[in-house]
Amino acid sequence: MQGPESNYQEYLAKGEFRIQRCGGCNSHVFYPRLLCPQCGSSSLEWIVPSGAGTVYSTTVMRRRPEAGGDYNVCLVELEEGPRLMSRVEGLPPVEIGIGMRVKARVAGGGDAGFFVVFDPVGN
Amino acid sequence: MAANSLRGQTAVVGVGLSEFGEVPGFSHFELMAQAVERALADAGLKKADIDGVFATLEPANLPAVSVCEYLGIRPKVMEGTMIGGSSFVNFLQWAALALQAGLCEVALITYGSNSRSGRRRPGGAVPIPYESAYDARLVTSYALAAARHMHQYGTTRAQLAEVPVAARAWARKNPKATQRGPLSIEDVLRSRMVSDPLTVADCCLISDGAGAVIMTRADRAKDLPKKPAYLLGVAAETSHLGIAQMADLTVTAAAQSGPRAFAMAGISPKDVDVLSLYDAFSINTVLFLEDLGFCKKGEGGAFVSGGTIAPGGALPVNTNGGGLSCMHPGMYGVFTIIETVTQLRGEAGERQVKDALVGLAHGNGGSLSTQVTSLFGTRDTL
Repeated sequence: MQGPESNYQEYLAKGEFRIQRCGGCNSHVFYPRLLCPQCGSSSLEWIVPSGAGTVYSTTVMRRRPEAGGDYNVCLVELEEGPRLMSRVEGLPPVEIGIGMRVKARVAGGGDAGFFVVFDPVGN
Repeated sequence: MAANSLRGQTAVVGVGLSEFGEVPGFSHFELMAQAVERALADAGLKKADIDGVFATLEPANLPAVSVCEYLGIRPKVMEGTMIGGSSFVNFLQWAALALQAGLCEVALITYGSNSRSGRRRPGGAVPIPYESAYDARLVTSYALAAARHMHQYGTTRAQLAEVPVAARAWARKNPKATQRGPLSIEDVLRSRMVSDPLTVADCCLISDGAGAVIMTRADRAKDLPKKPAYLLGVAAETSHLGIAQMADLTVTAAAQSGPRAFAMAGISPKDVDVLSLYDAFSINTVLFLEDLGFCKKGEGGAFVSGGTIAPGGALPVNTNGGGLSCMHPGMYGVFTIIETVTQLRGEAGERQVKDALVGLAHGNGGSLSTQVTSLFGTRDTL
């Protein structure tokens, strides 16, 4: 037996991004919790989200080139509703805008562990 | 008992600021103690009179207990709830309740930090899970809120720049403020970008400094040397911890704490003569003016434009220069109270707001996470 935080990490390590859905109120939940933050129910089940999302807000974190250069931090709203912090890869940070459609991908695996990033979808 | 039963029952009777700005060679406890000594002298009270301690600071082992030991106080009431920079405005509520209930007679609210000389980044405690991989900084959340505000309402960077420009204009009237050089909208727009759309001029200072506030019940306050600043209303609300969990990045929990504080005080925004809003970043002031009811949601950028909140404007905000130009030692909340009390006493010198009867001190904590609104008034407002 283990908690949802460990379950989530195990899914990520297998390359799967999952979020929770509440059996009590049908809302989708991220980050993973033991109790639904909407209704308090503990009947949360894992689902595979579509991976589709929209950039809700975005910033360019300015950093000296020798320290790695500028990078993106954004909030992505998943099609299912929850929002998460992430970054959009594959585009210069200044070109990432609010409203941009993006798709989730599991990244990492090094010291930072596994985490979710997003790629731009079409135009 | 109705919430408004706290109205006017307690008052701030002493305030103290340590040396602040860049104060190398002093620990955060030493600066805190200096502020406490000055607040006690201001109140005409002795350390032995303090029997309620409301404090937090970092780093510290059991912060409130550390403060009690350092000062040599064994209080009847101690409180140290850490909700970020708004903690000290939040302490007003618990100190007022404890005083009114007779659990203590003299309450001390205090904070100290050497975050400049100690080279500590504020707010850098425990990383938020699910966010740590993206290398977000404290400024990131505020930049995301500013970007969203610009997207939803058409707020411009030049409008945001009005906030640090107004703060600097006030700071130039405060001989103790850290940053007193001239600052124009163009200067802000040309400043180094930190996290788009916020430049370094949109971000608060990192300072050493400490503050202390002494409170008693109103019946005792009237016999003390300084003109009491009566607590008319106070309310707190939290909406999230991490910015990803904030429902609407353009609406803070001040939209709830404000109306509740005003209801307790029995007044409305039009009654407020002077404001101290926790301005960790330029966007804060815009959000809080909207959420507290000084202008409509989305109109904050236009509202602050043209010097509305600067000296000579219609609404004096952050008259000490704020966190942007006066000082910001890690957590700024206690300093919003001190400036408000200074104004209501008429002790603000060149920056004094004429006939200030009602002041608002608003604290923010975390990533726009906690909002605490307090309202003070002179004797005339009771």
